[in-house]
Amino acid sequence: MIRFTKEHEWIRVDGKVGTVGITDYAQGQLGDVVFVEVGSVGKSLKQGDEAAVVESVKAASEVYAPVSGRVLEGNPALADDPAKVNADPLGGGWFFKIELANPAELDGMMDEPAYQAYVGTL
Amino acid sequence: MTPFAGYDMPLQYAGIIAEHRHCRARAALFDVSHMGQAELTGPDAAAALETLVPGDLLGLADGAIRYTLFTNEAGGILDDLMVTRRGDGLFLVVNAACKDQDFAHMAHRLEGRATLKILSDRALLALQGPEAATVLGRLAPEAIPMGFMTARDLTVDGIPCQVSRSGYTGEDGYEISVPADRAEALARRLLAQPEVAPVGLGARDTLRLEAGLCLYGSDIDTTTTPIEAALAWTIGKRRREQGGFPGAAVILDQLKTGPARKRVGLRPEGKAPARAHTEVTDAAGRRIGEITSGGYGPTVGGPVAMGYVETGAAGDGSEVRFVVRGSALPGRVVKLPFAPHRYHRA
Repeated sequence: MIRFTKEHEWIRVDGKVGTVGITDYAQGQLGDVVFVEVGSVGKSLKQGDEAAVVESVKAASEVYAPVSGRVLEGNPALADDPAKVNADPLGGGWFFKIELANPAELDGMMDEPAYQAYVGTL
Repeated sequence: MTPFAGYDMPLQYAGIIAEHRHCRARAALFDVSHMGQAELTGPDAAAALETLVPGDLLGLADGAIRYTLFTNEAGGILDDLMVTRRGDGLFLVVNAACKDQDFAHMAHRLEGRATLKILSDRALLALQGPEAATVLGRLAPEAIPMGFMTARDLTVDGIPCQVSRSGYTGEDGYEISVPADRAEALARRLLAQPEVAPVGLGARDTLRLEAGLCLYGSDIDTTTTPIEAALAWTIGKRRREQGGFPGAAVILDQLKTGPARKRVGLRPEGKAPARAHTEVTDAAGRRIGEITSGGYGPTVGGPVAMGYVETGAAGDGSEVRFVVRGSALPGRVVKLPFAPHRYHRA
């Protein structure tokens, strides 16, 4: 199951664990990604908290936690190859994994068709 | 597209990194028509303009170009500009965001001494990169032997242009002043050459930063002097001796005694960029300055920056820290440029 936020994060949920990244639309808006910094492993985040920073050539942007939970790991591949975020935003360019504290938070989020419709209005 | 100085400007076409690399490897075409072009004419034009800038303009040979600065009475910088001698007149290129103010400043201060003509009917294209001469030479063979920082009137593909061998990327290249109604045709002709790709404002900024060149409004402004900005080289021997430009007392005094702070290259050790307005401290955490331009350098393959630090802490190799999102990231003061200049020396 995959869900999306209005801030262009996605979360793919498998049981109690969600994998989080930014959408293809978001990477296109950012341009070339040159650096990604994920918050500390073990940190507890509330939905909407700042969870990571993504830096493109032009600017730094915040990535917010789509759900509440505890950070399990960051994507180690992004340290050497942050451009994966551009090349494969919904796959190899994931940012971090989170243990969901409150799966009900997913109910208020967009599914893929809803997100695509939302992007169409931007 | 992005708003810039009242214009809608292309930020990027294929992506900033790809465009940046294309300029370093081949030939990049920039539309810089937003910049202000003007002519200052009259037998006294060079001497008159010398009352507003510290550059030696009387010593400028016909067809030679000089980079100089409008200064104010406090020694601050109002704008940076390119001045080309053309016969008994001068051709000027100034920054887009400053052009109205610059033109008003000249019109007011030089009234009766020289005539300012604003060339609002001319566009400006920059063709930059190691293959720029091959490309332009195909359309105007006389462009090939031109020396760096010289200008000539050339017919380019049948269009009368004023061609300068100059630019702001650190690479060899040209700036082509062209009648506005012929600019699109010339741009399309240049873009049709296999070596050429269009490049936007984003890569223009990363290229100039790697080349260690100042961006007006970021690295230099009315709060910085030419000496602090490491632009003392723009003040010729005669002007140092004679002064006669706004802020000369402050500037020449700083030249003698040394400024309290200096613009330097700054290199974060890690991978995180440190951007403009980032605080710079010494290794002990004491604030010693601020970054004025910073980001990712595609040719360097990592973060690069420039900024002002206290002169005592500004030595090459000095250890510094950059305060980024609350963390003190290690780095060093380094010599500029980050990417070696590859200007054409005829």
